[in-house]
Amino acid sequence: MQLVQASGLVKTFSRLRAVDGVSLEVSRGEVVGFLGPNGAGKSTTMKMLTGFLEPDAGTASIAGHDVFADPIAARRRLGYLPEGAPAYGDMTVADFLAFVGRMRGLANSALGERLAEMVERVNLAAVWNRPIDALSKGFKRRVGIAQALIHDPEVLILDEPTDGLDPNQKHDMRELISAIAPGKAIVISTHILEEVEAICSRVVIIDEGRVVADATPSALLDAAAVDGRRPTLEAVFRSITGSKAA
Amino acid sequence: MKTSFRTIALVFGREFRAYFATPLAAVFLLVFLALSAGLAFFAGGFFERGQADLGPFFAWHPWLFLILMPAIGMRLWADERRSGVIELLMTLPVRAHEVVIGKFLAGWAFTAVALVLTMSFWLVTLYLGSPDNGIVAASYIGSFLMAGAFLAISACVSAMTKNQVIAFILAAIVSFLLVMSGTNLVLAALRGWAPAFVVDLVQSLSFITNFDRLTRGVLEAPAVILFVSTIVLALWINVQVVDAKKAA
Repeated sequence: MQLVQASGLVKTFSRLRAVDGVSLEVSRGEVVGFLGPNGAGKSTTMKMLTGFLEPDAGTASIAGHDVFADPIAARRRLGYLPEGAPAYGDMTVADFLAFVGRMRGLANSALGERLAEMVERVNLAAVWNRPIDALSKGFKRRVGIAQALIHDPEVLILDEPTDGLDPNQKHDMRELISAIAPGKAIVISTHILEEVEAICSRVVIIDEGRVVADATPSALLDAAAVDGRRPTLEAVFRSITGSKAA
Repeated sequence: MKTSFRTIALVFGREFRAYFATPLAAVFLLVFLALSAGLAFFAGGFFERGQADLGPFFAWHPWLFLILMPAIGMRLWADERRSGVIELLMTLPVRAHEVVIGKFLAGWAFTAVALVLTMSFWLVTLYLGSPDNGIVAASYIGSFLMAGAFLAISACVSAMTKNQVIAFILAAIVSFLLVMSGTNLVLAALRGWAPAFVVDLVQSLSFITNFDRLTRGVLEAPAVILFVSTIVLALWINVQVVDAKKAA
C-alpha cells in the first residue's frame, strides 16, 4: 500500500490555476524531495495532501484513508510541518508540544515518553521552558519538526523544514530526517538542491502546477547527461523548469 | 455529530490560559471593573438613588459588552490565521466544531471571571441595605448570557479575517446594531413605514430590551431563548466559516 497517494489534484485560486493535475505516490521508506520554483504549487499541493485545503478535483489519501472522506483517520497518521513552522508563540516549548501531543490522543506516560524523546532527538533541552516567541528561527523550526513527530506518524509532510537554518542546523535537520526515514513515507519541499541529493530517494519537480519530473536523483542526472558527463542537479532543475527560473 | 469532549477541553484549556499569558487579561479586568463601577456611580446615580439595588450597575452592561466582548473574541480566530497556526490546528485529528466550542467557552469563562470580580458590588449593597437577591442573581445570569451572545458573534466575525482590528470593528458594529434595535431612535424610524410585525420583530431581537427584562428579576424564556439561540447560531456559522475558509 502507498502511504501517500494523490491523483489529479487541481486547485484554482480566483483565476490562477495553482495546481493542475498533480499525482503523487510515496511508499514506506521513501523520502521524496518536492522541488519547484516559487509559486509552482508546492505548498498548495502539500496543503491538499494534508486535507487542509480542499481540491477542486482529484483525491488524496494518507495510509489508505481519504483525507476528505475520512479526515480524522488520515490526520492521525500524518505529521505536518506547515510553511513557516507556525506555533503558539505565547506557549513554552514544553507546553506547546504537550498540547499537540494531547490533541493527538497521547496522555500520561506515553506522552511523557514521546516528549522526552523529542527533547533528545530534536535537541530542544536548551529551550524547553522558554516561550516560543523568544526562540531563534532555527529553534522555532525544530519545534515545528518536533510537533510533527510527536505521535510518531507513518507519514511526514514537511514544507521547507530547513528554511532559515544555518549550515550546522541544516546538517542536523538532514541527519534527523535520514534517521527517522526508514518505516515512514516523507515528503519534503525545499529550494536547496544539495539537500535533495543528500537525503532524498526520489525527486518530484513541479512547475506551473504540473509534475515535470519524477525520478531518483541519479536517474534524473543520468537522463540529462551529455557525453557521459552528469550535469549538476541545479542545471537539471533550471533546464526543466525553463525560462522562468533562469 | 461526533464530538470529542477531550478535544474541546484541551482547546478550552489552551485558550483560557492564553488570555493570561499577556498583561491583556489584567488590563481587561481592570478596565471592566473600573468602567462598570464608574458608570454605575457617576452616570447611574448608584448612591444618590438611595436604593439598595444593582440596577444602575447592570444597566450599562449592554454598552460595555458591545465594546469589551469584541475585544475578547477578536483574537480567537484572526490570530490563528495571521500566524498560520490554523493550518497546524486544523490538520490535527480534530473536528471544526470541537475547536469552535472550545475557543468560545474559553472566552466565556474569562468573561465569567470578570463578572465574578464585580460581585463586590453585591456585597456592598448587602452591607448597606437589603437588595432583592433574586433580581441580582437573575441579572447576573442575564448579563452572562448576553455577554455570551456578543462573544459568539465576535468569535464568528474573527474567523472571517486575519486582521484582529477588522475583527474587532466588525463585531462591534454587529453588536451595536443588536443593541440599538430596541431603542426608540431605531423603532421610531421604522414605525413611519414598516409594518407593525417588522417593528415588533426588530424590537424583539434587541439585546437591551431582552436584557432589561432579565434584570427585572424574572428569567423570562423569550429573553433566555434569544441569547442562547444567538450563541448557537453564531457558533454554527463560525464552524461553517472555519470549514470553508481554512486557507484564506
